[in-house]
Amino acid sequence: MIWNREIECADRETMRAIQLERLQKTVKHEYDNVAPYRKKMDEAGVKPEDIKTLEDISKLPFTTKEDLAQNYPKGMFAAKDEDIVRVHSSSGTTGKPKIVGYTRNDLKLWGECVARAFACAGQDKNSVIQIAYGYGLFTGGIGVHMGAETIGATTIPMSSGNTKKQIMFMKDMKSTAFCCTPSYALTVAEGLAKEGVDPSELSLRAGIFGAEPWTEGMRENIEKGLGIKAYDIYGLTEIMGPGVAVSCDAHSGMHIQEDWFYPEIIDPDTLEPLPDGEIGELVFTTLGKEGFPMIRYRTRDLCYLMRDKCECGRTTVRMGKILGRTDDMLIIRGVNVFPSQIEEVLSKFSELTLNYMIYVGRENNKDTFDLEVELAPGLEIDDIAFVEGLRRKLDHSLRDMLGIGCNVRFLNADTLPRSEGKAVRVKDSRKLMEGK
Amino acid sequence: MLIKQVSVFVENTTGRLHKLAKILADANIDIIAATIAETTDFGILRCILPDPQAGVELLKSKGFNASLTDVIAVSIEDKVGGFDVVLAELAEAQIAVKYIYSTVKTAGDNAVIVMKTAEPERAIEVLTSNGIKLVTIADFME
Repeated sequence: MIWNREIECADRETMRAIQLERLQKTVKHEYDNVAPYRKKMDEAGVKPEDIKTLEDISKLPFTTKEDLAQNYPKGMFAAKDEDIVRVHSSSGTTGKPKIVGYTRNDLKLWGECVARAFACAGQDKNSVIQIAYGYGLFTGGIGVHMGAETIGATTIPMSSGNTKKQIMFMKDMKSTAFCCTPSYALTVAEGLAKEGVDPSELSLRAGIFGAEPWTEGMRENIEKGLGIKAYDIYGLTEIMGPGVAVSCDAHSGMHIQEDWFYPEIIDPDTLEPLPDGEIGELVFTTLGKEGFPMIRYRTRDLCYLMRDKCECGRTTVRMGKILGRTDDMLIIRGVNVFPSQIEEVLSKFSELTLNYMIYVGRENNKDTFDLEVELAPGLEIDDIAFVEGLRRKLDHSLRDMLGIGCNVRFLNADTLPRSEGKAVRVKDSRKLMEGK
Repeated sequence: MLIKQVSVFVENTTGRLHKLAKILADANIDIIAATIAETTDFGILRCILPDPQAGVELLKSKGFNASLTDVIAVSIEDKVGGFDVVLAELAEAQIAVKYIYSTVKTAGDNAVIVMKTAEPERAIEVLTSNGIKLVTIADFME
């Protein structure tokens, strides 16, 4: 099902015309209303009227997380206070949170984007959509909620946590779709198994998961554990929230709602644009937002773009799975390591689970790298040699993937804390020691 | 005859073993025999419980990797060479012994040892045909 066929299946020429018109408007709106960005444009010697083609976007300066921090709380807002109807905020684990504002039109646009995502996942007004993203400042809960209401589904605003209650509602309300972070989806799947609920007895058919990177292996576990088809939704607070892009049944990347969000991939070191298919940092320009427009915002997410025809019929550009966030990247003994790579390896071991923790530290001027992973609940062990063999096999696979080895410790099932939102998988104590 | 031993993977963190023992104690389960094979960061507890199946289910439900393993319990004379008699028969028959532990239980004047061997069915045949007495869980309980 396609929510907005006219846009989502538009030919390239039509799309580019929409994008150019909106880009010009956005740049002018930003230049007129956002002093810090106007300053950047002036310094770069570029005026709104210099944007004559879509390609001219590369003349515009980037916006970074630092710009947002320096102009906290509302320095990057582009609408008058009286027109802002809501704010959201990113989690802000380090320093000040990022606060973003939305006008009434922005919320409508957001609802439309998420509606397209739900249609992608086969949901309609007959659906019952259970939302287990956190509600509140986090864009996940309320953002997805608006899309569910836009398509006219019965919307259950569960928020995250309380797995028993989630399962009760899933059963009693006959939820057809479930939305949360992929790590919480695994927690709920585990809860179903514990309660002896056969997922095929549920009405659940689809799940829309996002807000943290996840692997193919995790997808398979979620699909099996919940008895659903899993769809990937992408978004970030600074750009809007969930719904910037979503995967479809063809399961080949995520369709970007490019009439509203113009994507570019750049080399994070040289900042030069990269051709389609090449991996680099994802950069977005919002094309219609009024409250908090962003021009060439550096997301720090690493991925690539695909423009070949998608078998689902949509013509919009697709982004590959997020391979990592430049922020999540660990540099261990000089080697770049993404937690998602470790997850990819773990997912290939039926003896292991995806409940893991990475510990990085420093001893005697050398990085230490430890991995704890829970054993699969039913795994039968009577033999030390078996465990040591498993450890060797895992060590080999990790070395193949990462190029460096790590100390592996196996844990009993149910040892590590379970995630209700974004999972914490890394403890890097080197950061704590820097100040000493 | 074969008896069922309960094998449990135990990560080597302080209090983990206590947690396991407490689960059994709270369920009023007697540990008839137990041994631990350990490495630096994990151990495998091997134990004989009165109702092995129930013990495994209980431990699994509490997040432990527990499973049943076939072992043989042998009654041997508690004197010099008593152990050797058993091992000699197995060696003679070319049956490999994987591990052995002794228990605090006795059968009359005899000591009881538990072992896991290759080809357990044949091991039983070799031992019994040479007059060595095997012990069942019921014998332990007497």
